[in-house]
Amino acid sequence: MSLLPWSIYVSLAGALLALAAGRHSARAARWVALLAASGAWALTLLAATRFVPGPGLQTLVDHAWLPSMGVHYHLAADGISLTLLVLTGLASTAGVLFSWNITERAGEFFALFLTLVAGVYGVFLSADALLFFAFYEIAIVPKYFLIAIWGSTNREYGAMKLALYSFAGSAMVLAGLLWVYAAGGGHGFAFGDLAQAAATLPRHQQIVVFAFVFFGFATLAGLFPLHTWAPTGHVAAPTAASMLLAGVVMKLGAYGCLRIALPLSPVGFAYWQTPIAWLAVIGIVYAGLVALMQTDLKFVIGYSSVSHMGFVMLGIAAANLQSVGGAVLQMFSHGVIAGLLFAVVGRMVYDRTHTRQLAELRAMPLHRLMPFAAAVFVIAGIASMGLPGFSGFPAELTILVGAWKTNPAWAAVGAVGVLVAAAFTLRAIQVSFFGSVDKPQPAGQVTHLEPITLAEKAGAILLISATVLIGLKPDILLNWINPALQSPLFQTVLRGGPS
Amino acid sequence: MSPLPLLSLLVFFPWLGALLLACLPRLGARASRVLALGFSLSTLVLTLAALARFDCASTGYQFVERHGWIASLNVHYHLGLDGLSLLLVMLTGLLAPAGLLASWRQERGTRFFSLLFLILQGAAIGVFLALDFFHWFIFWELSLIPAYFLIRLWGGPGAARAAYQFVIYTMGGSAFLLLGFAAIFAATGSLDFAQLSQMGADGTLAAKLAAVSGWWPQAVFLGVFLGFAVKVPLYPFHTWLPLAYAEAPTGVSMFLTGVMSKMGVYGFLRILWPLFPGPLHAAAVPLLWLALGGAVLGAFAAMRQSDLKRMVAYSSVNHLSYCLLALFAVSAATGRSGLTSEASAAALSGTLLQMFNHGLSAGALFYCIGMLEARSGGRRGIGDFGGVRAAAPVFAGLCGIAMFSSLGLPGLNGFIGEFLIFRGVWGLVPWAAAVACLGLFATAFFLLTFWQRVFHGPRSGAASGQFSDAEPLDLSVLVPLVALMFILGVLPQLLTGLFNPLITSWANHLTLP
Repeated sequence: MSLLPWSIYVSLAGALLALAAGRHSARAARWVALLAASGAWALTLLAATRFVPGPGLQTLVDHAWLPSMGVHYHLAADGISLTLLVLTGLASTAGVLFSWNITERAGEFFALFLTLVAGVYGVFLSADALLFFAFYEIAIVPKYFLIAIWGSTNREYGAMKLALYSFAGSAMVLAGLLWVYAAGGGHGFAFGDLAQAAATLPRHQQIVVFAFVFFGFATLAGLFPLHTWAPTGHVAAPTAASMLLAGVVMKLGAYGCLRIALPLSPVGFAYWQTPIAWLAVIGIVYAGLVALMQTDLKFVIGYSSVSHMGFVMLGIAAANLQSVGGAVLQMFSHGVIAGLLFAVVGRMVYDRTHTRQLAELRAMPLHRLMPFAAAVFVIAGIASMGLPGFSGFPAELTILVGAWKTNPAWAAVGAVGVLVAAAFTLRAIQVSFFGSVDKPQPAGQVTHLEPITLAEKAGAILLISATVLIGLKPDILLNWINPALQSPLFQTVLRGGPS
Repeated sequence: MSPLPLLSLLVFFPWLGALLLACLPRLGARASRVLALGFSLSTLVLTLAALARFDCASTGYQFVERHGWIASLNVHYHLGLDGLSLLLVMLTGLLAPAGLLASWRQERGTRFFSLLFLILQGAAIGVFLALDFFHWFIFWELSLIPAYFLIRLWGGPGAARAAYQFVIYTMGGSAFLLLGFAAIFAATGSLDFAQLSQMGADGTLAAKLAAVSGWWPQAVFLGVFLGFAVKVPLYPFHTWLPLAYAEAPTGVSMFLTGVMSKMGVYGFLRILWPLFPGPLHAAAVPLLWLALGGAVLGAFAAMRQSDLKRMVAYSSVNHLSYCLLALFAVSAATGRSGLTSEASAAALSGTLLQMFNHGLSAGALFYCIGMLEARSGGRRGIGDFGGVRAAAPVFAGLCGIAMFSSLGLPGLNGFIGEFLIFRGVWGLVPWAAAVACLGLFATAFFLLTFWQRVFHGPRSGAASGQFSDAEPLDLSVLVPLVALMFILGVLPQLLTGLFNPLITSWANHLTLP
């Protein structure tokens, strides 16, 4: 367990080394990046083998940082953070593999990428709200540059929109946290201290504070109607950044909602619970319908991320052991599946055909030119539809069961979302890869595409294995997650279930 | 407990074949076909092995395999076999190799085709054997994916729409099914079919659901019902079917109608009926009308078809509606005073026999239409042929037997199933039996029209030129099916012996909670 903080340091060191190596050659930079990303991932896995599940955060490092303000450099982990740490390791390793073809300013690219990863690790490990916030900001800045420099369609717009939304969200969070901190007499930013301080506020203030913190984080999680940054940002980003953005960064928001906002004020949550849940289910269905109408394949995936993150938010809003456990499982699952989908669309298809327009892809016999990509896309699509055997199924099932216990109507609308997801995913598969199955090859068509590289295959297999493994054996993660939900901080908001 | 995990082998053997095919990208078309056929036949072999050790007198599950799987969801890896599942696994074991043989001349993407077919076969077997909702649902949903690609990639000109519609409709039904089970799990904490059936029989399930809110048992029933009604399909949820069956390649149509439609009926018998005896009884009369709608309107719709494949597709709606008719009649009569369990037992035996028989006859008919298509360059309109009997007497004979089996001629297998259903329904709900007779007449009419226009008269249309008779490959598919039609027509007890004790125990325990 004490290895976990090193995932941050290894990533940061990797960032510096990649920057240095990039001056030498792009090849050196990517090998450094791969070593750093997989090294950090290995650390999380190693820690996972020694992890003893239990309620409450298990402290790893605790130093006073700004003693006058009661801020600590306090890193800790429980089953929830561990799940997301392992996900970060997996997604970042796969991300590097799918960036193997980056040659333009490769050193800087991988340096920014690894900085982002370090920030994400930091967020998931923080046990002090201000430290959490600091890492959160570290994660936002590299995103902007990754998109603005290496992005594609409309990249300045996408990068700017994403950065502004993120900053607006985090400003709301900071305002809320400082309010509570002040009310508590400035004792400290530990999650428990903040919850105690918030409890002293009058009810109407708690409601407002909760809204600041929760919706601030929910912006980054892509809660409807605060989601509009996500599709444009995902589309504009280079492949690895989309993977990380949809796969991990959106989880930062959801994690903030769960870890900080929820325990902060049970009173505030009780007030906002119903609106949040409805926004979540509306988001599930609405984003799914929008995905059904898209003409750009990457937008389909972008909106599908919003739809799937709606399930996470629904699980959190339903606030019982089952639904929240499902929400964390869904964070992992969606992280893997979204990564896979963006990898196929961004790296395998777009980098070779230079188009993502469904109308143009339809005319290309992609299933014949790229059978491997077609197979990966089909598997990722099936997983994304929430079919059993893949990680999305136990996650969405647990969320639906949990939501059903709190309010059956939420579960019912959410289930419609599952159907919409099947519709847009099938459409995307059918049009993009199998659009020209029965047409004879027209003359003057693309007849050859650069073959899928070994790095891409490795990345795809890594992610597919993860989604199948968790699909068949979700207990691996649930056994970490569920005990963590027994901690006193969560128990104040969560209602028990039979699990 | 058997020392050898026989049921797991049944499920995984086809998938092992699929895995092998996936790992051998350079395998030629012919080798792929042979490999796939071998693995597909494993089901038949293993079923016979199970049959040898199957205790027909027992009504419980045999060869049970139960292991912990997902503790937090109380999910188990749970397989079990009783007379009902055995019957359907056997049917799968027959039709899957037949479907592969029917696709023997498929030259495009043979390896991938065979691979998908084996996945489909394994999934279907899993549906018939799994006894835990989670476990079962994996197979249930997984079967859609290979079916989708088999229709989409090897189907006719309208395949894109047909495949999409098929999957979306079925998934739509499944979404409600899933939601229903989410509710059941939330209320009871169990996903095990045996436990839930127990709770359904003694009324605890309904009570637990009703404890949450008064309308819950009905709402959950409706969700689960929709999932199965689309799959069977029950009128009016059948609209995806004619398109999907007509556009699918022959071997796949055979499997879709022979096996996949049975998955829905199986769901009604194994899940909906035991779990919700009360709501099903309450809804039985409207449902009887729906089943009658399918039986009568399906037959009339078949009469109006000029495309032979669509005709047989509609006749499937008609045949499967009889199965549901019998079940709904039993449910409607449950709890009535003076009810003899004999009529119920007859109706239920009829249902099970009809499931098997329909698999044989519809499978054979789809194959025959495939032969017509292969010999006429893809034509299958009823007006495209004439006098085929003169050109291909053996083929005409075999096709004729399949047709008469489908129409329920005594001496062939179809008769006894339909007879038992009518016999049972007549004793339970007489008016329903009377209305259903209309469907029988219409069936006779369209099948005889098919027979007359295609096989009789002077040779014309596609049959006027070169028209070869059944070849050894065709015989290898049709002869076993036709032979079974004769054997089961004369000796239906070969099948009924497998499930009679089960049916009797069902019929003797008909109570409302």
